[in-house]
Amino acid sequence: MFAIIRKELADYVTSIRFVASFILVLLVSVAGLWAAREGIRGASLPEGTVFLGLFTTSGTVVPSLTYLVSLLIPIIGIALGFDAINSERAGGTLSRVLAQPVFRDSVINGKFLAGVVTLTIMVGTMLLLVAGYGLNMIGVPPSAEEVIRLFFYFFLTIVYGAFWLGLAILFSIVFQRVAASLLFSLALWLFFSIFIMLIAPGIANAIAPTADGTEAELIRNFELQRMVTRFSPNILFQEATTVLLVPLVRSLGMLSVSQATYMVPNPLSLGQSILLVWPHITSLISLSAVCFAVSYVLFMRQEIRAT
Amino acid sequence: MSDMLAIEARDLTKRYDSVNVVDHLNLQVKESEVFGLLGPNGAGKTTTILMMLGLTEPASGAVSVLGFNPTREPLKIKRQVGYLPEKVGFYENLTARENLRFIADLNGISYAEANQRADEALEMVGLTDSEIMEQLGPNRKIEKTVGKFSRGMKQRLGIAEVLIKRPKLVFLDEPTAGLDPKGINQLLDLISGLPKIGTTVVLSSHQLYQVQRVCHTIGILAKGKMVIQGAIDKLGREALAGGRFQIEAETEAPSEKLIEVIRGIKGVGSLEVKDNVLVISTDADLRREVSKAIVENNFPLIQMKIQEFSLDDVYMKYFREE
Ligand SMILES: Nc1ncnc2c1ncn2[C@@H]1O[C@H](COP(=O)(O)OP(=O)(O)OP(=O)(O)O)[C@@H](O)[C@H]1O
Ligand SMILES: [Mg+2]
Repeated sequence: MFAIIRKELADYVTSIRFVASFILVLLVSVAGLWAAREGIRGASLPEGTVFLGLFTTSGTVVPSLTYLVSLLIPIIGIALGFDAINSERAGGTLSRVLAQPVFRDSVINGKFLAGVVTLTIMVGTMLLLVAGYGLNMIGVPPSAEEVIRLFFYFFLTIVYGAFWLGLAILFSIVFQRVAASLLFSLALWLFFSIFIMLIAPGIANAIAPTADGTEAELIRNFELQRMVTRFSPNILFQEATTVLLVPLVRSLGMLSVSQATYMVPNPLSLGQSILLVWPHITSLISLSAVCFAVSYVLFMRQEIRAT
Repeated sequence: MSDMLAIEARDLTKRYDSVNVVDHLNLQVKESEVFGLLGPNGAGKTTTILMMLGLTEPASGAVSVLGFNPTREPLKIKRQVGYLPEKVGFYENLTARENLRFIADLNGISYAEANQRADEALEMVGLTDSEIMEQLGPNRKIEKTVGKFSRGMKQRLGIAEVLIKRPKLVFLDEPTAGLDPKGINQLLDLISGLPKIGTTVVLSSHQLYQVQRVCHTIGILAKGKMVIQGAIDKLGREALAGGRFQIEAETEAPSEKLIEVIRGIKGVGSLEVKDNVLVISTDADLRREVSKAIVENNFPLIQMKIQEFSLDDVYMKYFREE
C-alpha cells in the first residue's frame, strides 16, 4: 500500500490540479487576512480570543477565513478524488495494478490516504500562513487555549475534507465516466452548501406550520429547520467551526428571552466548547467512514476488465 | 517442457446475465510450455484469463494456478504471475521507467534492483533509448512520458512490465496487437525464449500463424467451450481425421491393384477415387513415392497436386461453424 501512497502523492503534488488548489488556498489565506484586517478592530473581542478573531472576523465585503474554508475544502476534496478509480479504469491501468500482489482495497486506501496527506499539507500551510502574518498584523500572541482550539479546527477541517474526498472517490467508483463523477460530486456540494438552506424552511413549514404564531410553534419550526440543515456536512462543519473558534457562542440552539437575560456573556471554556461540538465531530467522522465503507464494498465487488 | 502442470482448470464456468460465456472449460497447461488460446471474438479468452488471475470470480468449477486457487489466494498467484491485458494502459504522465518502477515497487522490489531490471526488460523488448527519450534543447535529453508513446511502443512496454517481476507464468492477452511485423517477430522470438528461463506462457490470439510459430500446445475456444486442445504437431492430423497433406494424382482408369500398392505406402492414411483422380491423405509429402508407384505399375501420371493442411484449416473450420 505504501507504494500506492507514494505514487499517488507524487502524482498529486506534481499535478496541475494541486497547483490550482494551492493557488486557491493562498488566495483564501490572503482574503481571510484581508477580512481580519478590516474587521478585527470593530469586533470587540474579549481578551484571550483576539488571535482566533483573525480566522473568524469578516470584513466589509470579504467573508471570514473560516467561511471561505468551508466552501474551499469540499472543492479541494472533490478535485483530489473525483477521478480516482474511473480514470484508472478508462486508462487501462487498474487491471494492471490489480494483477500485482496488492490487496484490492489498498488501491482505494492508498488513494484516500494520499489525498488526506495532501489536504493536511494544504490546510496546514494555510493556517500557518494566516497565523504568521496575522501575528505580525495584530501583535497579540495566541494563548495556549487558542492554540489548542486551532489544532482542533485543523483536525476538523481535515476530517471535513476527507469526507468530500471519500465521497468523490465513491462517485469515481460508481460512475464509469469522469465527467459524471465530477458533476455529481459538485451537485452534491451545491446542494449541501446552498440548496439545503433554501429548502429547510419549506420542509419545516410543511411539517410544523406556524399558523397560530405561538411561541411553541415557532420554536418547533425553528428546531426542525436546524435539524434539516444539520443533514448537511457543510452546516455541521460551519457550526462546529463557530463553536471552536468563537468561544462567545454558548449555544447552538435557540434561547428564549428569559434564558438570554440570564446568560453571562463569558466565553465558553475549552472543555465546554468541545463538549458542544463533540456530536458534530463524530458525525463528520462517521460520514467519512460511511463513504469509505460504501466505496470499499462496491469496489471489492466490481468487475475488473480492461475493456 | 516438464510434466508438471502450471494450470489446471476443471469445469470452469463463468456466467454473465445467465449466459455461460465460459462453459465447463477443462484445460491443462504444463510447466515451461507456451500455450496458445485461440478463438473468435467473444469466445471467452479474456474471461478465462481473468478467472485464472483471480480478477473475476468463476460461477462454478475449479482452477488451480501454480498450485493455488485464484479466488482464495490471489496474492500468492499474483506474486509469481505476469499479466498483459488486451488493452494496455499506462500512467501517461509518467515515463516508461517510472511506470516500470511503480510496478516493481508494488512487487516489493527495491529501487536499485528495479532500475536494473527496468533496463534489462526494456532491452529485452527492444525499446531503445532513442525511442523512450526525447530531445529537450540542443544537447539535453529527457525521458518521454508514456503519453507520447506510439501504440506499439506501449505494447512493448507492457511486455517489459510483465517481465520485470521475473514471473514463473505469464498471461499475454493478444500480445502482438498493434505491433509492426518487425515488432511481432521480435516479440515471438522473445516469447519462445521464455520457457528456457523457466517461464510458462499462456497467450491468447486470433493470429493462428503466430501461435503456430511459438506455441507448443493450443486450445481453440468457441462460445466458451474448448473445442479442441492438444500439442500443435498432433492437432492438425487429429482434427482433419487423416493426414496433414492431401495429394491429388490424376491417372487413367486406376486398377484395384494400383490402389492397393498406394495404400501400402508407409504414411498414407485414406485414399479415395473420384473418376480418374486419386485423393490421398498422408502425413508427409509422399509425392515421390506415389508417382513412382503409378509409373512403375504402368499407369500414366497426368497431373499431381499437393495441398498441405495447416492448423489454419482446423481453425477456420471451427470459425465457420459459428
Ligand atoms: N461485463 C460483462 N458483462 C456481460 N457480458 C460480458 C462482460 N464482459 C464480457 N462479456 C461477454 O463475455 C463474452 C466473452 O468475452 P471475452 O472478452 O472473454 O472474449 P474474448 O475471447 O476475449 O474476445 P476478443 O477476442 O474480442 O478479445 C462475450 O460474449 C462478451 O460479450
Ligand atoms: Mg479478449
